[in-house]
Amino acid sequence: MTPVLQEFLLTLLKIVIITHLLLGLFSLMTLVERRVLAFMQFRLGPNRVGPFGLFQPIADGIKLFFKEEVMPAAANTWAFFAAPAVAVTAAFMAIATVPYGPPFTIPGTTIQVTPQIADLDVGLLFIFAVTSLGVYSVVLAGWSANSKYSLLGGLRSSAQMFSYELALGMSFVGVIMLAGSFRISDIVAAQGGSLLSWNVMPWRQGLAAIVYFVAAAAEVSRTPFDLPEGETELVAGYHTEYSSMKFALMQMAEYINMITVSVLTTNLFLGGWNPGVPGLPTGGLWGLVYFAAKVFLVLFVFIWLRGTVPRFRYDQLMRFGWKVLIPLAALNVLGTAAVVALWTR
Amino acid sequence: MAGIDRLLQLVVSEPFLFYVFSATAVASALGVILQRNPIHSAFALIVTLCSLSAIYGLLGSPFIAALQVIVYAGAIMVLFLFVLMLLNVRKEEPAGGRATRTAAVLLALVLAAQLGAALAGAGATPAAGFDASTASFARVLFGARFVYVFEATSILIVAALVGAILVAKKDP
Repeated sequence: MTPVLQEFLLTLLKIVIITHLLLGLFSLMTLVERRVLAFMQFRLGPNRVGPFGLFQPIADGIKLFFKEEVMPAAANTWAFFAAPAVAVTAAFMAIATVPYGPPFTIPGTTIQVTPQIADLDVGLLFIFAVTSLGVYSVVLAGWSANSKYSLLGGLRSSAQMFSYELALGMSFVGVIMLAGSFRISDIVAAQGGSLLSWNVMPWRQGLAAIVYFVAAAAEVSRTPFDLPEGETELVAGYHTEYSSMKFALMQMAEYINMITVSVLTTNLFLGGWNPGVPGLPTGGLWGLVYFAAKVFLVLFVFIWLRGTVPRFRYDQLMRFGWKVLIPLAALNVLGTAAVVALWTR
Repeated sequence: MAGIDRLLQLVVSEPFLFYVFSATAVASALGVILQRNPIHSAFALIVTLCSLSAIYGLLGSPFIAALQVIVYAGAIMVLFLFVLMLLNVRKEEPAGGRATRTAAVLLALVLAAQLGAALAGAGATPAAGFDASTASFARVLFGARFVYVFEATSILIVAALVGAILVAKKDP
């Protein structure tokens, strides 16, 4: 086996595994979200299909697969098909530069594996670039269906997405300055092994963590920013006219984006794969375990928010984004820049 | 085995990828000007910008590549599309009279001459000491030579932003 071929096969294997893990996590999340919400609201939730309702996602998938595919007569065919494809492509590409754990050796061989598809020099910027392309799926879906609800929903959602993209981008800057690198593995390394030096701590990047989490919730249209789904005013927003598997793809992109945000929060603010507390076992595959635990914690916070807070009104959403989040993020950039310039150089 | 290896080496080699992305860029650029539907043109332009970004990446500057996508494909083109959708432009009207067309042809010829001159003057390999990595890019941009120009540009952009908001405001 030549080095080129080995590298190629290894990358291919990583892509296959990570894609399938994401797909599995997506279907699991649809169930977990419904069960946890039900628990918070003193209901039972879906518990009929399989043990604890575990096969519910499969049943949902089969149901969606056999639903009739409806396409509005006046729709722009090309764009109507492209929108879900763009959404899913952008969602899956964004996860490519994220590390999931420290490099390890496959037992019984000498092959070193980094649990990450590509360790780019500009990993964080790559994610930002790809997710900013995801806006096109909203724009395309809203416009192509030729329906007033879709168009208004599309305009609203895209305005929301690029308003909060500014605060999101600026909340990265402090983290990048502390690590001195765009590479995500460097950012994880800069947070060190101790819980006290994680970026989420108030004396590190606590403000940025809050701004990031709020802006990211708005980016992926989670409660309290799920304006696209303001049923009473917009039906279902930009994907009103989508049915069957195209609707499922739109939903899938939303969930995958939520998982990406959780993975990124873990890496940027929660110390990545480090356990943070001395005394816990490290090395080998333990990093992946801690990483998964943190990701699930962030995902749970997303569901918790959905069960707790009501939806923003549209003008409140815009005012909050432009007049609270962006100034806070700018303040954090200034403060961090001053600290980095005065103390660490 | 050797055959697969050679094929892989060809596929991941720089010239091959360069031709793939430049072919995509040229084809989608043609799409921009040959489409009648402005929304389709806008999407063809996004494909062009993304292929250009891939070429920047191949030239060893992932930072410029990411910026190209974030700024042009991710921000400016969204604004274009937004306006096109809000105004609901369906079909493009053939623009301008004879004078406009003549001017356009002349300007295109000037541009072609400039590009030809630049191509003729360029060597096949990058100049010695050429380094387009993120760190060296930052050192040049924030070095003594460009830092004031860079800051002046930022102030200009902020001023334009504030001005646009003031103009758009109905009651001052």
